Amino acid sequence: MAITKTIDQYFDDLRETRVWRSIFRSGTGSSTLKRALAIQQNVFLHLFSTKVRTRLLSFSATWYLGTLTLGTFFILIATGIPLMLYYHPSAPQAYADTKDLQFVVSSGMFLRNLHRWSAHCMVFLVFAHMFKVFYRGAYRTPREFNWVIGVILLLMTLLLSYTGYLLPWDQLAYWAITVGSNIASAVPLMGNKIHFLLLGGNAVNANALLRFYVLHCMILPLAAMFFVAIHFWRIRKDGGLYSHSSEPAILRAKALTAETTAEEAQ
Amino acid sequence: MADSKDFTAGIDSNAKKSPRRIVFITRRTSAQVKADTEDQIQTFPEVLFRAAVAIQVLAIALVWIALLFNAPLEGLADPSHTPTPAKAPWYFLGLQEMLHYFPPVVAGVLVPGLVVMALIVIPYFKVNIEAEGLFLKDRQRRLRIFYLIATALSVFLLFFKVYAALIPTLIMAGVMLLAAQSSPQSSSAFRRYLAARPLSYWVMTWFLFELVVLTAIGTFFRGPGWSWVWPWQGP
Repeated sequence: MAITKTIDQYFDDLRETRVWRSIFRSGTGSSTLKRALAIQQNVFLHLFSTKVRTRLLSFSATWYLGTLTLGTFFILIATGIPLMLYYHPSAPQAYADTKDLQFVVSSGMFLRNLHRWSAHCMVFLVFAHMFKVFYRGAYRTPREFNWVIGVILLLMTLLLSYTGYLLPWDQLAYWAITVGSNIASAVPLMGNKIHFLLLGGNAVNANALLRFYVLHCMILPLAAMFFVAIHFWRIRKDGGLYSHSSEPAILRAKALTAETTAEEAQ
Repeated sequence: MADSKDFTAGIDSNAKKSPRRIVFITRRTSAQVKADTEDQIQTFPEVLFRAAVAIQVLAIALVWIALLFNAPLEGLADPSHTPTPAKAPWYFLGLQEMLHYFPPVVAGVLVPGLVVMALIVIPYFKVNIEAEGLFLKDRQRRLRIFYLIATALSVFLLFFKVYAALIPTLIMAGVMLLAAQSSPQSSSAFRRYLAARPLSYWVMTWFLFELVVLTAIGTFFRGPGWSWVWPWQGP
């Protein structure tokens, strides 16, 4: 027996402590059971399956597009919260705050850059994810409704990006939102009402800025998290990541062929 | 083996008091228990680790981009001074390009509404679930319908001078015709691939093609007054 402990053993000791055990329900150990419990007994991780088909871990199976989309979402939250600390959603103060972020706030420029490029990246990844899922045929039964939730999440991502676009309150933001919101006026019968509701006025103004701020920082992120949770949970409930050759119908057909061949051989 | 008594169902047995399930198994109709033999891996730690690495790589790439390129910031918002062109965010430029050709109620409401509806209903149509090659069954009738729709769409786009959407449509129609002339017995792998593509594949690919082309045109080829400019001409 070695007298010195390995780092792993120190970690094991830590995980045996009463405090650790009181926080994490799964306990210690690296048996298959304990590893399954680590997923199952955690409020966040239990959204995922305890096991995944090894084949679907390969890059070509999913290109990790869903995972990467979640990654951009994390980055956007992590950069968005500090940005909120330096920002007043009022015109024209919002523009001065953005200028301050660029030139006064320490690392403000970096935060804003990272937030903006990650937002563009997320929109792109959501589209890419959707097309990849489509071409794999992963919307098939019983995953129909998860596809619908995916479409809702696509629209939410677009709205999140669009509402954030106005916040710097510069010419680019102002006219992009003007062009976009004018489309709402084209809705038959109630177009102007929708336009007014969206902007809190007949044109993009300080009310619109406040509305977009509340939507961007509060309502839409919460709603997105809600739907993301359902989206992940449904992957598990619907039988894990889609794989064409593991579909019940395909398996049945395969078993049938195998049976026929066996009978013919007799 | 269970005791033979377990299998007798007497006249005085009361199913409400002592429910029993009796299963008769014959050789031919035995329930098939298919063990999932596919190799599986524990989510913790293997899959979570991979996900973390993927997110790390993305984060590093984005940090580099954020360090190298600054987010745009123009002058203070000024309602009395309209820049030309006033462009929406890039992911809406396909829509804005359409607004150039069609009235807002068509390009801004009808088309995006139909696109969202079409996306939502994809998994609820049997034709999309079975996903058989479009021209493999009932070939003559389907070809006639295809000619009708492709011609009507092309004439419509030509009539409104929407060349930006017409050219991708014609290219897609050409590829679909090639698919119609192909079969699972074709000699080239590419044509076998085309022959097996279902309807949903063609519609979605056409949509993707149009989306990319229109967005690219709106982003790179539109200048003052939404006129055509080459990217190298500059603003």
